[in-house]
This record gives sequence, C-alpha cells and structure tokens, in this order.
Amino acid sequence: MLKQTPLYAQHVALGARMVEFGGWNMPVQYSSILEEHAAVRSTAGLFDISHMGRFIVSGADAEAFLQHITTYDVAKIAVGQSNYSLLCHPHGGIIDDIFIYHLPDEYLVVVNASNRDKDWTWFQQHAEDFDVTLEDRSDSWAMLAIQGPIAEALLNAADDVEADDLTYLPFHGVALCRLFGVDGLIARTGYTGEDGFELFFSAGHAPLIWESLLTLGQSAGLKPCGLGARDSLRFEPCLALYGHEIADDINPYEARLGWVVKLNKGDFIGRDALQRIKQAGPSRRLVGFEMVERGVPRGGYPIHSVDGEPIGAVTTGMPAPTLSKPLGLGYVPVASAHTDSEFDVIIRGKSVRARVVKTPFYAARYKK
Amino acid sequence: MSFNTPLDLRYAESHEWVRVEGDEVVVGITDYAQDALGDIVYVELPAVGATFNAGDVFGVIESVKASSDLYAPVSGEVTAVNTDLEDDQAPINSDPYGAGWILRMKSSGEESALLDAAAYEKHVAEQQH
Repeated sequence: MLKQTPLYAQHVALGARMVEFGGWNMPVQYSSILEEHAAVRSTAGLFDISHMGRFIVSGADAEAFLQHITTYDVAKIAVGQSNYSLLCHPHGGIIDDIFIYHLPDEYLVVVNASNRDKDWTWFQQHAEDFDVTLEDRSDSWAMLAIQGPIAEALLNAADDVEADDLTYLPFHGVALCRLFGVDGLIARTGYTGEDGFELFFSAGHAPLIWESLLTLGQSAGLKPCGLGARDSLRFEPCLALYGHEIADDINPYEARLGWVVKLNKGDFIGRDALQRIKQAGPSRRLVGFEMVERGVPRGGYPIHSVDGEPIGAVTTGMPAPTLSKPLGLGYVPVASAHTDSEFDVIIRGKSVRARVVKTPFYAARYKK
Repeated sequence: MSFNTPLDLRYAESHEWVRVEGDEVVVGITDYAQDALGDIVYVELPAVGATFNAGDVFGVIESVKASSDLYAPVSGEVTAVNTDLEDDQAPINSDPYGAGWILRMKSSGEESALLDAAAYEKHVAEQQH
C-alpha cells in the first residue's frame, strides 16, 4: 500500500498524474513538466514535499550527536541557520544526504523520503551514548517548497504572512512564521537552483496552506509542480539525488561533495575512511557531459571509452529544459573526468559520443 | 481521463495509429500515448526507404522523463518521414493525429488486423486498470 501525503486529495483534484516514488503515491506532473519547470525558473512553483523525513534532535548532546553521525561541522550552523550534510558509513559510502536546521534548543533534520526508515534506524542506533531525544515528526508535519524568483515577493505580499520581512531571511536562514494564521517554520532552502523557501507546519493545516498559496500566486504565474519538474530542476544545477549521484557505495569525494566533509572537526562516523580516500584521491568522479552526437542519455546507461571499454554509467540524463539540450551526469575514471574528455554513452545498444563539460549546467540563482 | 480516439483510424497495442491513404499508411502515436509520455522533446526517425516488419522498433521518442521506442504497426517500406518533428516536437503532443504524424509507409494490407477505435479504447482502459 503506497503512502499518501496530507495533500493527496488536492493533487487528485488538480488532475495530477500520480506515480510511486520511494513507497509514496506522489504527483509527477499537474500540467506538463516543461511548463512547471519554466514556472520555477521564471516565476514560482509550489511543491508538496511532505514525503520527506523530518526528525527533531534535542537534548544537551544534540550538537555532539549530529557531529558524530554527519560529515559537516554542525558547530558552524548558528541558531537560525541550516546546512547541507551527509550521513556516511564507516567505509565512507553515503547513507543519505540531509539538511540540518538549527532551531532554538533543537535541530530539525530533513532526510530523503526513500531513506526515512533507514535513517531513523541509523539515528537511533547511534544515539545511545548521547543525551539526546529523537522525535520523528515526518507524519505530524507537512512540508511545502515554494521556489522561484517571485517566491519572496509572493510571500511578502500575503497580508497574513508574518515572518518579519522575508527580505531579511538570509540564504539557508530558518525562522518561525505565521502563515495564513498557522504557526510554522520557514527556511530559505530548496532543491531547484532558484531562490525560494521551504515551509514546515502541522499536517492538518496542509490543505489550507496549499490552497491559500496557490490562490495567492495564481495570477502571478505560480504553478503546482510535481516530482518530474523537481527532478529536472535539481538536475540542471547538478544537485545530487540519492539513488543516482549518491548511494551507499559512493563516497563524497567521488560525488564532488568533499566540501561537505569536515575532517578537522573531530571524530565522526566514516572519518578514518574518508581521510584515506581523500589522501589517495578517488578513482572515479562524477562528471557532467553533453552529447556530441544525437541522443538522450538516461540514468543507468553504460559509459564506454572511445575504444569500447566499459568505464562507468550515467546517473541522471535528460533533455535539460532550460538549456534545451540533452545532458547527463555520470561516473567515469578520473583520467576521463577532465573537461572536454570524450566517451561513449551506450543508448539502446548504440555508442553515442559525449563530451565532459563544466558543471553546474545551470548556475544557481540563490539569494546571497 | 478520456482520450481522443478517432473512429476512422486503426491502432496497435503499442499505441501507434494508422490511417490508410491510397496505397500508403500514415503512422503516428495516439492521444493516450502522447499524454502518458508528457512533453516530447526529441524524436529519432528512420530513413526514407528503410523497411520494417510489424513490431520492429523504427524510432525513438523522448520526453523529459522517459524514452520510449516506436514500433512499426504494419510491415513495409518507409516512403516519407515528418522531418519537421526534428526541430519542433510539440505537434506530437498538441495534434497527435494531424501535424504530429510521424511517417508514411507503403501499405501491406496488414492494417485491417489492427485494433479498431473501440477495441483500442478498451485496451487503454485495461492498461489504466
């Protein structure tokens, strides 16, 4: 039985095409992926991301616990700020990528929908030696993302949105807010390469907030957006997706996420292995590539050297909507990972030439 | 969800349609197929003169989300392809039975064995369970 978010009825009423994603019945598109993608790049889009996991970590050792199980230096995340981090295995492979929000007296950790159970178990297993309380708010809270260049103006224009003035909420900032009379949290975070916000509030209020935001933004071009556009929007700025660019057998240095690993912050799970991997240098690397010959790369397609030797695989590929050409991300040996190096993507049995290009494909337009 | 299924066409279970025009057939993908694929952004078409058996893959159609093979609904030689689609694929979504046509083939007479509109609609309904 697939799980449903508190907005399932709204998605169906909007005529969304529903698909299975990580055990959830989720909207993949409402109108068209291209239209929804374009709305986020030019105006704004609204996403139901309640399927993601939301854990609260509190107690005297909350910071020490998060330092122990994640790779980023949590001490550097001030109250009212948030940051990207990773959970790694002792061997250095990535369990999940997560977002840590530092709230007054506690931390909110957002994890991938497909990894909720795995991560919750991992948190509990490693909490024993710490004075921490873990609470799973995944079902009791809903989570929406409103993303795009007019997201800030839209929220500021709503009479009953009180988060002071969102103009002053910095990149990755998080604050208490009152939205359409409902108390919640608002953060300047997202997964689209655009400025935008993520909203957290009690699940029972999800339909009210969803419908009020859509009404508020309708005439300005705000569109409900599904997982299809969420994927194409994160792909262009080359934001990793668990199960594709990152996985349990991929380490952060290969995935070009070395900046999230703070080896000097003190001990943490995976540190020794990650130190060794960093010193030795990874053997393969995530690269972005364009097609020299006609063809569309897709996740899972093999990559061969121009001599026909299997050397890697595509992690994500598609016709990139904003860039109007087929692009791909994939793993290849370091020797083939430099800009302009060429290899073949095997598309339905046919070798199609591709060339490594600089990433990201699309420069994110965050508010700094 | 209801889809446009013109009564004068024949349909393959793989969601191509066939229209008989003299001694040729015109082939495209159905309204149901274009809707299921979403925005089509790329097509790979065969060369004029290529021959296919019914059920052979003759081309590829790609949306943002997925790639999908195109199957020859009947056997025969390709006499024309809609090269306009190489630059602009939007007609496949907006006008799948008209400007979104994909290719023409010499008629082999096999089209009479394909599904009629009612049988195709039933086939689609079964796929949607």
